[in-house]
Amino acid sequence: MGLIEAIILAVLAASTPLLLAATGELVTERSGVLNLGVEGMMIVGAACGFGGAWLSGSVIIGALCGIVAGVLMSLIFALMTLGLAVNQVATGLALTILGIGLSGLIGSRFVGEKISLAPHLYIPGLTDIPLIGRILFGEDAFVYLSLALVAGVWFFLYKTRAGLILRAAGDNHASAHALGYSVLRIRMFAVMFGGACAGLAGAYLPLAYTPFFIPGMTAGRGWIALALVVFASWLPGRLVIGAYLFGAVTILQLHAQGWGVGIPSQLMSALPYLATVIVLVLISRARTGGSTAPAALGTVFVPDR
Amino acid sequence: MQLVLEKRAERSNTIALISPLIAIGLTLVTMSILFAILGKNPISALGVYFIDPLTDSYSLQEIAVKATPLVMIAIGLSLCYLANAWNIGAEGQFLVGAVAGSWLAVKTQGTDAGPWVLPAMMLLAAIGGALYALIPAICKVRFGASEILTSLMLVYVADLLLDYLVRGPWRDPKGFNFPTTAEFDPVAAVPALIEGGRLHLGGVIALVVVAAVAVLLGKTIKGFEIRVVGAAPRAARFGGFNSNQLILLTFAISGALAGLAGIIEVAGPVGHLQPGISPGYGFTAIIVAFLGRLNPVGILIAGLFLALTFIGGEQAQIAMKIPLDVTKVFQGILLFYVLACDSLILYRFKLVFASPKVSSGAH
Repeated sequence: MGLIEAIILAVLAASTPLLLAATGELVTERSGVLNLGVEGMMIVGAACGFGGAWLSGSVIIGALCGIVAGVLMSLIFALMTLGLAVNQVATGLALTILGIGLSGLIGSRFVGEKISLAPHLYIPGLTDIPLIGRILFGEDAFVYLSLALVAGVWFFLYKTRAGLILRAAGDNHASAHALGYSVLRIRMFAVMFGGACAGLAGAYLPLAYTPFFIPGMTAGRGWIALALVVFASWLPGRLVIGAYLFGAVTILQLHAQGWGVGIPSQLMSALPYLATVIVLVLISRARTGGSTAPAALGTVFVPDR
Repeated sequence: MQLVLEKRAERSNTIALISPLIAIGLTLVTMSILFAILGKNPISALGVYFIDPLTDSYSLQEIAVKATPLVMIAIGLSLCYLANAWNIGAEGQFLVGAVAGSWLAVKTQGTDAGPWVLPAMMLLAAIGGALYALIPAICKVRFGASEILTSLMLVYVADLLLDYLVRGPWRDPKGFNFPTTAEFDPVAAVPALIEGGRLHLGGVIALVVVAAVAVLLGKTIKGFEIRVVGAAPRAARFGGFNSNQLILLTFAISGALAGLAGIIEVAGPVGHLQPGISPGYGFTAIIVAFLGRLNPVGILIAGLFLALTFIGGEQAQIAMKIPLDVTKVFQGILLFYVLACDSLILYRFKLVFASPKVSSGAH
């Protein structure tokens, strides 16, 4: 296997959790809700995903555990911000703080254990094609799932009536409400979808990336996923580009550390975070003409009875 | 059955006063359930957490020591949050302050520098923290980049910067390869208040900060502007207040306070620069700020309470083998309840048993 091929495979693997989490958050934000708790939902998803897989011996059950954990976390957020009209920024932070604590609590008994990673696709003939075979036909199921999810979300948002209603709730909740749609119910489902994706993204890490659970193993990926949604201007297609770019930065800095280019390893490790800041600045600057964010993003809605 | 919010005619001042207490009460009930799930006796666990640390002098001093950074950081954050600017990177500003101040301590090590060293370190730390906080603030006002995400990303960068320094250029040559600087000279150390005790000068500085910010918010025009910009942005625009300038100002102040807290922690209780100098003070301070209702005196009380949970958590781990993560869970749950109870100030909760006609469809 060539070096280039190995790097591309690693980039795809590193990008997948970002893409999964960002896709979920994109739907949440399109409905008008800013859930900053992605990191918290991811880390709980990672702990529960590993636990489920370790106890059952099945990657699929692990992934399902991660999804359920993410949804449960997101329901706390929905209850607070939709049910009780609490500030979304503060609630999202609380969700992350709670998630970091919970994952440590849940995951402490699994630290030091090991599972076998999710198997990679193998189609005789196709996977054996030199250079592109393993990249196109030799990934783990999550990589394909994440791309299918983006396509599905694009189709849902732009080609279905339900997607149109969801976007309406995110752009002008008063109008959507006046038309007779239950803004809070739409937003609740959007938040739950975001939770499911974040939980799955978290579970991806111990199930398909590294075969063990470490406290804090999400290492800010949830926050980077949030930045990716901004980077993508809330458009699903651009998420793929953004996620793979960030995955590339992550992997290249790891390789650069390996080659020993004489730059402190800490500076290389800081690259994905610095890149996020720079990208946010560049994207926001380019958009001075008008924001592409959902107009009602982050605002509280209390139906007037 | 459905829970419905009804807007109050005006904010309830009674509830504003007691809502933190309701939140703490609900948190204690939830924690009891969690302890029971973990197979521990809830009553004795709560006792170890919240009563035992109050019964001996060492723990009491330790609470004050832990509350010092929490209160200083939270006071700064409260200014940001009042102005509706979301600085959540105080942890990074804390670390950069610690690094900036430690630079002088490392450079003057072993020289016969005078007692000016410590004040100069504090000044450097405050400037370092403020400059670091200004990065997301400038990105926000100049380019419109979300200060939430940029300030948080810079936490990871600060963590790596500190790690690099103590493993590289600043490592103690006699430190057996441990990633730490040498122990600071006495002139670079924050003096203890009582000989041999844990209490140090930092506690006094924190109290001064509380008083100063209380005056700033209550008695000055700038404080008034900060409160108006957050509470009524439209009114602030009509009043001609410069909200961008206030974002820069509040970020700078909160960064300076976080940085100052950082050097006080390093030159005080820790004594040298090393990784892991903060058990998440910058994040816990967010909870302190909200639990204290973004009010300086409230933050002082909230800071002492959250410090109690750190000490109680350590004691519960030793005495009852309760995992340290329970403290983080506790802090997260507490913040949830605080925010939920705050909703009571503006809204009345109503349980509606028949399905309300409006929320379900056309009307």
